[in-house]
Amino acid sequence: MFSIEEVKKSFLVSIWFMFLTFPIMVIRVNTIYKIVEWRWERMFYIGIGTFVISFIWRYLMRRKEMGVKKKEVGEDALPLAQRLLQNRRVSYPAIALVAVLALIYPFVFSLYQANIMITALIYVVIALGLNIVVGLAGLLDLGYVAFYAVGAYAYALLNYHFGLSFWVVLPIGAAIGALFGIILGFPVLRLRGDYLAIVTLGFGEIIRLILENWNEFSFGPSGIANIPRPSFFGIDLSLAETTRFVYFIMIGLTIFTIFVVNRLENSRIGRAWIALREDEVACQAMGIDKTKTKLTAFALGATWAGMGGVVFAAQTTFINPASFTIWESVIILCCVVLGGMGSIIGVILGALVIKLLPEYLREFSQYRMLLFGAILVIMMVFRPGGIITSVRRTYQFKGKSNRHA
Amino acid sequence: MPDFGKQILAVNGLSMVFGGLRALDRIDLDVRQGEVVALIGPNGAGKTTFFNCITGLYAPTEGDMLISPPRKDKNIRLNGLKPNLVTEQGLARTFQNIRLFQNMTVLENVMIGRHCRMSAGIAGAIFRNRATRHEEQQVVEESYVILQKIGLAQYVNDFAKNLPYGAQRRLEIARAMATDPFILLLDEPAAGMNTRETEELDDLIEKIREMEGISILLIEHDMKLVMSISDRIFVVDYGKKIAEGTPEEIKSDPAVIKAYLGEESDA
Ligand SMILES: Nc1ncnc2c1ncn2[C@@H]1O[C@H](COP(=O)(O)OP(=O)(O)OP(=O)(O)O)[C@@H](O)[C@H]1O
Ligand SMILES: [Mg+2]
Repeated sequence: MFSIEEVKKSFLVSIWFMFLTFPIMVIRVNTIYKIVEWRWERMFYIGIGTFVISFIWRYLMRRKEMGVKKKEVGEDALPLAQRLLQNRRVSYPAIALVAVLALIYPFVFSLYQANIMITALIYVVIALGLNIVVGLAGLLDLGYVAFYAVGAYAYALLNYHFGLSFWVVLPIGAAIGALFGIILGFPVLRLRGDYLAIVTLGFGEIIRLILENWNEFSFGPSGIANIPRPSFFGIDLSLAETTRFVYFIMIGLTIFTIFVVNRLENSRIGRAWIALREDEVACQAMGIDKTKTKLTAFALGATWAGMGGVVFAAQTTFINPASFTIWESVIILCCVVLGGMGSIIGVILGALVIKLLPEYLREFSQYRMLLFGAILVIMMVFRPGGIITSVRRTYQFKGKSNRHA
Repeated sequence: MPDFGKQILAVNGLSMVFGGLRALDRIDLDVRQGEVVALIGPNGAGKTTFFNCITGLYAPTEGDMLISPPRKDKNIRLNGLKPNLVTEQGLARTFQNIRLFQNMTVLENVMIGRHCRMSAGIAGAIFRNRATRHEEQQVVEESYVILQKIGLAQYVNDFAKNLPYGAQRRLEIARAMATDPFILLLDEPAAGMNTRETEELDDLIEKIREMEGISILLIEHDMKLVMSISDRIFVVDYGKKIAEGTPEEIKSDPAVIKAYLGEESDA
């Protein structure tokens, strides 16, 4: 199975890499002593490393091709973890366990940990929102963070000017998010794929630039400080208590989001979104109003970003435009893609992994982006469906064998 | 020739120009209630373009397209209607190059067809009130009945992409039927099918006409199927209508023979 051919290929790859990285990895000009250092041993490491990686890569590719062949024969392709989740005897205790962990989390762990978890949960909610747009309706939206910003600024400004409380602004934030979703939706109705991605990206940047430059409205780059935390029936809470409170607000909001998104997915509208993703022409020809379907996807996706933004502003008590860069959009998109487009559990896992891992891998923080990129590339090649591929609902009929899709 | 009802589709002087190419040149065509009408012609004659025009995917350069649904007592102009509204009026189509929703189940594909006959909105989806649950249940059942009729019930929970080719073609028909049409436009439904599958398709089309009372406009290259099933045939070549008539008339039409010479030996 490991022929001379393979070894030769890997060898060539490693030579090529040694050559490519030579200037940055081997040569160093020591400016203090004004000498050139030659670090040959590094070249050796790179050669070995590339050789091994290229070998593993080719091995995995071959396995993948064999996997595809197996599927063509008609093998059930659902991975083990997913089949386990479908089994009630496994899934119910798992849900119970997660529920208990979620309940005791802020009491067991430190305030710092609780705050990290709050941020992660905000990302779960907004990633589930983006999942409607990207995962279900198939509209690549790279400006999604704009709705998050809109929600955050809605709370900050409404509170600053009119003293509106968190609980009043939460639904308003959702509504404003939806409104902006529609405002973005209209001009991009005719666009698809890359064009859509570019225009939405522009939209996201426009919102950020407005927030940055319109000083009278948004206080510019210095942002807004002293945003009040959520109130608890007017009772004064300590900082720790408030954090726990926000944590439970986020748990509630997450459950609410999962509930709503799950219902939407298996409804008339949800099916229309998926049909739109699968084939826009056929979708219209089957009697689905493309305009309406796209706009509802944009609106209902942006709603969650709006709400997430309100909680974000309330949690950090300070916001400025720097929190809402294009980079943030990309991270949210990564949550959806990594987890599994269209799959609710997948997106939740994706968001948790992407927000939590970097927190616990602080030592590697300089390589974070590199790692991100590598993981995404590997995922795209070997599991284009994400960690959890989406499963469609099956229906049972009397006197029929129940086959699963 | 059996006696057919009123005219349900009337196309007058339909032209479609792409840049310098006249893909359709003043085509007239009509379909009457209960009829099976075939539209034939060599490759690139403009048949699919004709379908795209009446289903609202293309805006024709000139010409009129009128329907008079048997259930209603008025004429409706199709010009300028969006595709989904055309479908809502009762025209449904299939595609020459299969366009199923690949990552949805067979049943869901059919349920999408019923979309325009449903009414649940966002609130209905979230609160799942009694009316929505009832509608959903009903659509599931209706869709299953359609699958049984078309002979696809065994695949109900399979992904559309995993179906054998012939079954995918039939699923296209099932999906179109779900929109509750009075006329069904089939674009080369037998393409890529073997002899046995084509014969089954012949029976299926006959059944749809007889049992469901749906008229059919059919594009097809398989002359055996066309001759056996059609009541009337329209022949187009280079965007122009060159003949129209019963299968017998078409078989002996000199213009048709000329257009097809060397292309079809079994015509
Ligand atoms: N969107 C379009 N833009 C430009 N030209 C087009 C377009 N659609 C079709 N045509 C051209 O119109 C002509 C008719 O095409 P059409 O697909 O209608 O043929 P057809 O009769 O369906 O052929 P076939 O039997 O191969 O399916 C062809 O020359 C085609 O290239
Ligand atoms: Mg064609």
